[in-house]
Amino acid sequence: MSLQLYGIELESRLLLGTSQYPSPAVLLDTIRESRTDVVTVSLRRESGTNRNGQAFWSLLREANVRVLPNTAGCYSVKEAVTTAHMAREIFDTPWIKLEVIGENDTLGPDVIGLVEAARILSEEGFEVFPYTTDDLVVAAKLVDAGCRVLMPLASPIGSAQGLNNPRALGRMRGHFPDIPLIIDAGIGLPSQAAAAMEMGYDAVLLNTAVAKAGNPISMGRAFALAIEAGHLAYEAQPLLARDMASPSTPVLGKAWLD
Amino acid sequence: MKIQCNDIDVQIVATCLHGALQELGYGGATVATALNGEFVPKSMRAEAEVREGDRIDILAPMQGG
Repeated sequence: MSLQLYGIELESRLLLGTSQYPSPAVLLDTIRESRTDVVTVSLRRESGTNRNGQAFWSLLREANVRVLPNTAGCYSVKEAVTTAHMAREIFDTPWIKLEVIGENDTLGPDVIGLVEAARILSEEGFEVFPYTTDDLVVAAKLVDAGCRVLMPLASPIGSAQGLNNPRALGRMRGHFPDIPLIIDAGIGLPSQAAAAMEMGYDAVLLNTAVAKAGNPISMGRAFALAIEAGHLAYEAQPLLARDMASPSTPVLGKAWLD
Repeated sequence: MKIQCNDIDVQIVATCLHGALQELGYGGATVATALNGEFVPKSMRAEAEVREGDRIDILAPMQGG
């Protein structure tokens, strides 16, 4: 079954960030090779003379993918809400990847501000994708605020540490069986993305692990394959781990040759 | 009059946000605007009065994660 986010059906379960690529051409090729349907974008101050933002906007249109604007770098509710308003006008989408950053070293979310901003934006008709933690209480409050997607971090943004707390992420999956869950941040390797998908996560959002790879285009494809493999494995109902051996070759019929 | 545009001091003669954008070289650009920290939709820029010392933020699409 394909992924549905706020009623939009998507083929790919990889959401890709657009930052830090060696060149616009590499970004475009990576988007194509990864076969992603959704890319994350941001808003920054534009110079009246060099117009970098306009060139980037043209490139995105060429890529022909859905955009998910973020509020990256916002440290207050007001800043995040205002940025969301500006993003909605420019990108013409109700989708917003809501980040309210609470701490500078880990870039961890200010979950109190996050819930408040999520409620404000949901009431205004935004479709909020909150960058959150694996805390179930916060997640429940985000759902209560109107979020129909949750995006817990796996480890700090850009750290490539992978799934720091798989048990908590597993609990979150079990606790919210009907809410699409997207791993957002901290993934470094395709195997880590596959592990999240095998746990039943619905999608993975990546940026640095692809953009800063030696070959971003190949890495984008590698992640796409790993995410698809992990999802297929989850749907195939994996074998549960056990403490003792269990022979795979039948014992029945074995000759006793002592 | 002197205002701040994206944290840089600039001189303009326009008295509305729409005029200021034209004067500062953003005519036709895909941008979103804020006046003194408050979002001003495109449809309201002509009515948004700009005064001495005001702060304008002009944002455009950018790469993001």
